[in-house]
Amino acid sequence: MAVARPGKPVQRAHGLSDRAVAWIFISPTILLLLAINIFPLLWTIYLSFTNYRANQPGRLVQWVGLDNYRNLLGSEDVWGYLQATAHFVGWSIFFQVLLGLGLALLINQKFKGHATLTTLILLPMMLSPAVVGVFWAYIYQPQAGIFNYLVNFFIDAGSFTMIGDVNLAPWSIVLVDTWMWTPYVMLICLAGLRSIPDYIYEAAEVDRASKWRQFWSITLPMVLPFLMLAVLFRAIENFKMFDMVVELTSGGPGSVTELASINLKREAFEKWRTGYSSAFAVILFVTVFGAGNIYVKFLNKVKQR
Amino acid sequence: MSRVSSGPGQRPRIFRRAPWENGATALIGLGVFMLMQPFSLWLFSNSFAVILAGTIGFVIVSHFPEA
Repeated sequence: MAVARPGKPVQRAHGLSDRAVAWIFISPTILLLLAINIFPLLWTIYLSFTNYRANQPGRLVQWVGLDNYRNLLGSEDVWGYLQATAHFVGWSIFFQVLLGLGLALLINQKFKGHATLTTLILLPMMLSPAVVGVFWAYIYQPQAGIFNYLVNFFIDAGSFTMIGDVNLAPWSIVLVDTWMWTPYVMLICLAGLRSIPDYIYEAAEVDRASKWRQFWSITLPMVLPFLMLAVLFRAIENFKMFDMVVELTSGGPGSVTELASINLKREAFEKWRTGYSSAFAVILFVTVFGAGNIYVKFLNKVKQR
Repeated sequence: MSRVSSGPGQRPRIFRRAPWENGATALIGLGVFMLMQPFSLWLFSNSFAVILAGTIGFVIVSHFPEA
């Protein structure tokens, strides 16, 4: 019979320590993670230093050092794809923050029917991005689409095509992403607004602070960490955006909406430049990983409040 | 002379996490800007090195003590 010593719990039951049981339970997860996350990552890093082509498995694979990275980071085309990505990420987040915060302030007023309105506003966020891309392609159709009809109803814009015009196409994907993800930003802002205690506003009322002053001195500083989280989370997601834009514009017209992830897919599975596209994937991964670190840092700050 | 240690037997104050973490975060932010800016190809070409330095730096300094 095991005798427990004071201050030290019994560690063995049926011959296995608690630590061993814990390892047995988590080892399948660790093995799965190693097989489907860590190994492909290390393999991609290795391939990024070679001239490997996945459609020619018998071909001699040569170590090319940093050539893939040099070619990528010296290419004006790749620079252009990243600028298109920056345009998409920057503007979509700007509009989402503006509208998301505005809607959160509106919903936070708790007027009659605010619960129904919240549900309606949240609907786009629940759809699949690929589905959203397909049906917005119909909405944008110049002849039968409702978008052109609505624009011409309010202003006489004449005949135009949103996804066929090189000047309008980058804005068309910004508009769709804003439509889809503003509710998400609103939801996070609403959580921030609901976390502000009422007594702070009551104290401000006693001090005769105006509504505008209350917004700048109480609401905005208290919601800012939540807003920053929403911005970072959306920035990371939009930096990787693929499905919605592929369904909507396929990167066209020309390559004005060819985002980094779309070009990566073309290089990897249309041109079969696996080594080159692996280097591109590593660059995008390190960028997202770095931004993820900032995200975690802000998350910890919010938790400490 | 500035103090570099908070006391005998303790880690030097220069290895406090917060300022290094802020520096690494700034480096990552600068790198991301360089990667996506429309002004200079040279900045774009060197952006990955900056992001990589910031990210590796962040991973290292996040193991520094809080205070």
